[in-house]
Amino acid sequence: MDALDRVVKPKTKRAKRFLEKREPKLKENTKNAMLIKGGNANLTVTEYATFLFLTICIFSPEFFSKKSDCSLFLFGSHNKKRPNNLIIGRMFDYHVLDMIELGIEKFVSLKDVKNSKCPEGTKPMLIFAGDMFDVNEDYRRLKSLLIDFFRGPSVPSIRLAGLEYVLHFTAVDGKIYMRSYKVLLKKSGCKIPRIELEEMGPSLDLVMRRTHLASDDLYKLSLKQPKALKPKKKKNISHDVFGTTYGRIHMQKQDLGKLQTRKMKGLRKRPAEKSAEDGGLSPKKPKST
Amino acid sequence: MAAVRVEEVLAAAEEQEAEKRRSVTVEKELELEFDLGNLLALDRNPPAAVELRGAGPRREALLRALARDNTQLLVARLWELPAERAGGAGGPLVARLPEPAFRLPREKPPPRPRPPTRWEQFARLKGIRRRKRTSLVWDEQAKEWRRRWGYRRAGGDPARAWLAEVPEGADPEEDQFARLRREKRERVARNELNRLRNLARAHRAGTAVPAAPLHPTGHQSREELGHVARVARVSTASLGRFQPRLPKEPVEPPSRSGGRKRRFEPLLGNLAAERSRQLELLRDMSSKKPVLDITRAVNKQLRQEEAEAAAAKGKKQSQRGKRGRRQQGAGGVSGGLGGPVPPSFAGTDR
Repeated sequence: MDALDRVVKPKTKRAKRFLEKREPKLKENTKNAMLIKGGNANLTVTEYATFLFLTICIFSPEFFSKKSDCSLFLFGSHNKKRPNNLIIGRMFDYHVLDMIELGIEKFVSLKDVKNSKCPEGTKPMLIFAGDMFDVNEDYRRLKSLLIDFFRGPSVPSIRLAGLEYVLHFTAVDGKIYMRSYKVLLKKSGCKIPRIELEEMGPSLDLVMRRTHLASDDLYKLSLKQPKALKPKKKKNISHDVFGTTYGRIHMQKQDLGKLQTRKMKGLRKRPAEKSAEDGGLSPKKPKST
Repeated sequence: MAAVRVEEVLAAAEEQEAEKRRSVTVEKELELEFDLGNLLALDRNPPAAVELRGAGPRREALLRALARDNTQLLVARLWELPAERAGGAGGPLVARLPEPAFRLPREKPPPRPRPPTRWEQFARLKGIRRRKRTSLVWDEQAKEWRRRWGYRRAGGDPARAWLAEVPEGADPEEDQFARLRREKRERVARNELNRLRNLARAHRAGTAVPAAPLHPTGHQSREELGHVARVARVSTASLGRFQPRLPKEPVEPPSRSGGRKRRFEPLLGNLAAERSRQLELLRDMSSKKPVLDITRAVNKQLRQEEAEAAAAKGKKQSQRGKRGRRQQGAGGVSGGLGGPVPPSFAGTDR
């Protein structure tokens, strides 16, 4: 065997587990984000990033992505040409897929709003308003990117009273207003509660600057789902146009003679009759095995 | 008079109900799209741009009103989901969310299946199928069912046998036990080597860049674009000879095959090679034997036969399958046709 053919295998169990965790999986883990501070990131940018949290000041997303196994990144910087700059991006297979540069025009931080906050790690409700998010390709990608960034872990169930955080994105006039509100569930007299919102911060007014989007081919490739994850077709179950479910059951022929009807004392068989019936039936019984 | 009062009460109650509903209903021109698995709502109605252009507080109020309406709609949908109390009757109300429906790109490509090992490739080529064998076999000496392999296997462990046969024509002085041990060690070593080779091949297949140069990245590098342009240029019927030249393109761009269709040997060069080539040709022509690559021919024949057999079998099986099942149902013959035989039945057969 050549030296080139040799496979470098992990020497310890721990290293093996570590590598296994990083391998491509059928059902993927929650994406991690890395937040990177540029060479001269000013207070606005840093504060926004700390709203999420961060460090490091060199920028090579692909290198760091490989190191830290993060597929989302957010890079904040500030210079004369592009003040208060924020780059949001994501990776596919350790290569940059999408990058969108956003300028922060107005920023109100979490601390500036003197209101009660929601606990850390709350899964937010995401709302996108505005036809731009549907019409424009750049905005559509931005929407997908923001959903990827803010959706948090995907969960099977959620506590209804714990829904207390809304991120609302509105696209108007080439600007994107990002607002976060705390939800107050009020009694309404019926099952569904009435919603009141309370400004919580941070809130940002963003403008889109440069974009670096994946080509359609690559984007399609990244969207591809493995075959094993697709739900299997269930046999013998069908639906009609109205959503009614039909099932097909395969049954053996029912013997109506043995049907158990209502039990009454008068219909009960006497012991002598029972034994006679058993004796009469047994020779006729077909072989079951 | 009593009737009138009942009607009044009913009307009042209805109004009250409507009032309650009004506080949780929201009118929208276009309906929202929901993805409840992600707690996501998409509102496609264009917001009032003119009003949002206004001053700070007014804009904030408008945005919050918009957000409130949208959240109300989303919450209404979430409350419709099937819910249950977590941890008994007193627990919090928990709604079961559907699978997230909004398609997001994956972090990494889906895992590749392990490439077949060398043996699997070979078996596929030759049509060798795995045959199932029972793990237990009847041991005549011990008079009981024992494993086919491993600890306490049927027939005893050959490595621990007290007697070894001296094969015919073998050196009578040779230690047969040592020979058996050595052979076993060699077999194990060879198997290990093959296993590692398979691993290495799988690794190489996994890390190899799949047809790299035209990978659709967002922006392609200079070399990649150059390569693509070159390929496109020669992809005509005349191999790009009549292709108009681009502004700064060199006069004779190197093509994929170096611009040559046919290759001639130099007139003066390696004389020995030329002589041997000519002689080879002459020998082939003068000999009576047909020029035939035997290995290839045999492989071809085998594959053809196998394909025919497979086709015939498929046809037969579809007929036989039905008949067989019917017989089984009527006659009640079970077992013995295939699959591992349970020891208690198989023992009586012998």
